[in-house]
Amino acid sequence: MADLSINFAGIRAPNPFWLASAPPTNSGLQINRAFEHGWGGAVWKTIGAPVLNISNRYGGLSIGGQRLLAINNVELISDRPLEVNLREIAEVKRMWPDRAVIVSAMVDADPQAWRDIVMMIEDTGADGIELNYGCPQGMSERGMGAAVGQVPEMCELNTHWVTSVTKLPVIVKLTPNITHIIEPAHAGIAGGAHALSLINTINSIMKVDLDSFQITPNIGGRGTHGGYAGPAVKPIALNMLTELMTDPGVLRSGVPICGMGGIVTWRDAAEFMLLGATAVQVCTAAMHYGYRIVEDMIDGLSNWMDDKGFATIYDFAGKSLPQVSTFGQLDLSYQAVARINPDKCIQCNLCYVACNDTAHQCIDLYSPDGIRVDPGFDPRMNGRQVADSRPTPVVREPDCVGCALCANVCPVDNCIEMVSVPSGRESVTWDQLTAARPAVTQSWAAMEAYREEAGIEIH
Amino acid sequence: MTSIPSGSPNSSDSAFNPAELSPGGSAWQELLPPMTAHEASVEANRCLYCYDAPCLHACPTHIDIPTFIRKIGTGNLRGSARTILEANFLGGTCARVCPVQELCEGACVLGADHKPIQIGRLQRYAVDHVQERGLQMFVPGMPTGKKVAVVGSGPAGISAAAELAKQGHAVTLLEKRELAGGLSTYGIISLREPIEVAQREVEAVQALGVDVQTGHELTGAAELDILLNEHDAVFLALGLGAVPAMGIPGEEHVLDGLEFIERAKLNPASLQPGQKAVVIGAGNTAIDAATMARRAGADVNMVYRRTEREMTAYRHEYEFALHEGIHFTFLTQPIEVLSKGGKVTGVKCVNMALGAPDASGRARPEPVKGSEFVIECDTVIKAIGQEKPALAQVLGLELEGGYIKVNEDLQTSLPRVWAGGDGVRVRGSASTVMAVQDGKIAAASIGAALEKEVSHG
Repeated sequence: MADLSINFAGIRAPNPFWLASAPPTNSGLQINRAFEHGWGGAVWKTIGAPVLNISNRYGGLSIGGQRLLAINNVELISDRPLEVNLREIAEVKRMWPDRAVIVSAMVDADPQAWRDIVMMIEDTGADGIELNYGCPQGMSERGMGAAVGQVPEMCELNTHWVTSVTKLPVIVKLTPNITHIIEPAHAGIAGGAHALSLINTINSIMKVDLDSFQITPNIGGRGTHGGYAGPAVKPIALNMLTELMTDPGVLRSGVPICGMGGIVTWRDAAEFMLLGATAVQVCTAAMHYGYRIVEDMIDGLSNWMDDKGFATIYDFAGKSLPQVSTFGQLDLSYQAVARINPDKCIQCNLCYVACNDTAHQCIDLYSPDGIRVDPGFDPRMNGRQVADSRPTPVVREPDCVGCALCANVCPVDNCIEMVSVPSGRESVTWDQLTAARPAVTQSWAAMEAYREEAGIEIH
Repeated sequence: MTSIPSGSPNSSDSAFNPAELSPGGSAWQELLPPMTAHEASVEANRCLYCYDAPCLHACPTHIDIPTFIRKIGTGNLRGSARTILEANFLGGTCARVCPVQELCEGACVLGADHKPIQIGRLQRYAVDHVQERGLQMFVPGMPTGKKVAVVGSGPAGISAAAELAKQGHAVTLLEKRELAGGLSTYGIISLREPIEVAQREVEAVQALGVDVQTGHELTGAAELDILLNEHDAVFLALGLGAVPAMGIPGEEHVLDGLEFIERAKLNPASLQPGQKAVVIGAGNTAIDAATMARRAGADVNMVYRRTEREMTAYRHEYEFALHEGIHFTFLTQPIEVLSKGGKVTGVKCVNMALGAPDASGRARPEPVKGSEFVIECDTVIKAIGQEKPALAQVLGLELEGGYIKVNEDLQTSLPRVWAGGDGVRVRGSASTVMAVQDGKIAAASIGAALEKEVSHG
């Protein structure tokens, strides 16, 4: 049985699944219930400056009937009185000594304001502080949240004000609404941060109602951008996590990273961990299905770790990072082709149309008696038996560039496989090639000459 | 979902809930409820949107099914209905009566491992959306000055009339009955298609400028000549005749299956199938008649001279009948209807045994000597097919196997006369959707002939 416990920058938790600072961690009542369900930790919904909220607060992204593939919110930090939050934090921590209770905070960019809130948090007995530098609306206009996170100097300064007055571990939560995630990360580390977390939500306009022409969420006839989160943002989060985990400055600092952004299942969490996160935070999935989802997260991750022979989170954290590369380091001679398993193929021919219309026109249709046929039908034929004579798609391998579009559109699991085939060429990367023959980057003639020499045919 | 009352065929406890039985009660309503918007959206999104899809190939009218389903998914219901109705003007009827298991849904690529997409119900959802609102999807074509008469307002006739009107021809649609719509109106039980659906299709063809004249029967060659004098072309969509005679004693007490279905549809209150009904035949119409008798409260026994394997009803219809609690007696041939004082008391039958294959390729049933027995009953309904179109011969049309002989373009042996629908169905099984396709083929052929005439004239 795998050991899921973690020690994240000195914050201990029985498992790496924490609820992110958000509506699911709004009150002691809620967090008590979440802990009863098994969550390893919770980052209390951001406390700090006084605010007033509005309604409606959320907009959901549905695709093909699937709800909440993403959610956007225009909710602010906690609107409950500060002393109520502080009292409940203390109560929860007292009741759940083994869980991570972290308090997210956001105050005016002023050392005294930070000192005051830090002292109050320390008095609760909480395990750590997360600095919310991400809130993309409402607070940023007041010089807080993303307004700090987007300006590295502010990020460093505010972090310093906190780390210089507390003994608690301080996590800097990064906003993705920037050009280079590395700069605020470096700034946070320079300010003394003990850990980083990312990503906060992404600026977004959720949708426009085609009847009323209102944008969503509609707040009394007006709307504004909000923070975008949920399953759809996971790849963006994974990339930003990877940027941090491959940055020499971040690695040198040794700060751990708590990953978040679209984590719905243990599988998502494991991906974040393989790219270096040693704790994760979850919000949208809990908002969609409730706290109960953590049971499978713990169970599934534990079973997977057992299957893979990982005893602890640290046995596999970052295991996929060595595969991360730049484009210039990829092998230009690697060749893959698509192979369609005719026994699994259901003949929907989505691969055919995708390849023919939008890729490289290298899938042919073959009738059951092995004759290449064009799409189309005899209008005088009908009945379900037409399915029996339906053609099957077959990849013309010499023409396949191995783009993998077909494998991605195929609705049947493992029906189209991308198979590695010998290209007959020696391995060479773009960096190696252009170092040896700089002219290929400048002249099509030089490129053509190289292609001919290497036997690369593009049609 | 409409509840399907259960009941074992031989128990006396076959009474249904009276509320369900009253005319308009749930026992008479469509078996499948309309899809809700959410159901339709979920189902539409389950469709893979196959390229060059097998459902489209399998549909005799070749509706672009993936496209209409995608349009449901995007909330473009008018566009969806238009896609359907462009290929099949009777999309509302076909959505209900098509044997989808044998056609589009039977060809669905999801059928092997999953449930096929519910194409019929989605089609009904889209077409009902426009037809319940009285929205018309098409306009008449630019007038060509040509006149076409269509005789018979069943699916073939309406389909042809609509396509001809879209081409710009002036179309007169003649119907001998009081209501237009043919079998959609009179011959499909309300459990499958309520009468309003057929009537909406009649309204749609009228909206295209088609002059629908009910109560107008074509009776002989002289009248056809008049039609040909007044029109540039004639399309005969005559359908078939009554249920043929069995030639057994007491047959005068036997109800005609089609008439029984008609009564069940137009005036369900008048349906008095008694306590025990025997239905002779095992085709889809026989099952429909049996279903209505069963729903009206009778114990129903279907008597068929061959076996389960040879019955012409679709497998799913047979299973449906069993589920309804209808009893089947195979290898049994009625030889006499018994009665007392004008009231049926039973059917005398003889057991049959299967012999060598006959002309239809099916094993020929032969009576087993001395095996006579009586099935007690108070009602006998026969549904053993329909007579071939008697009028065809009167009109002087060349026949093939008793049906009107036509070429690939549905031209008959008479100049300027086309025919389609069940009356030409010498091969294959008669069905609404095939009739609709006939209407399209004939209209295209008529249109081409009339255009030629214009360019030559």
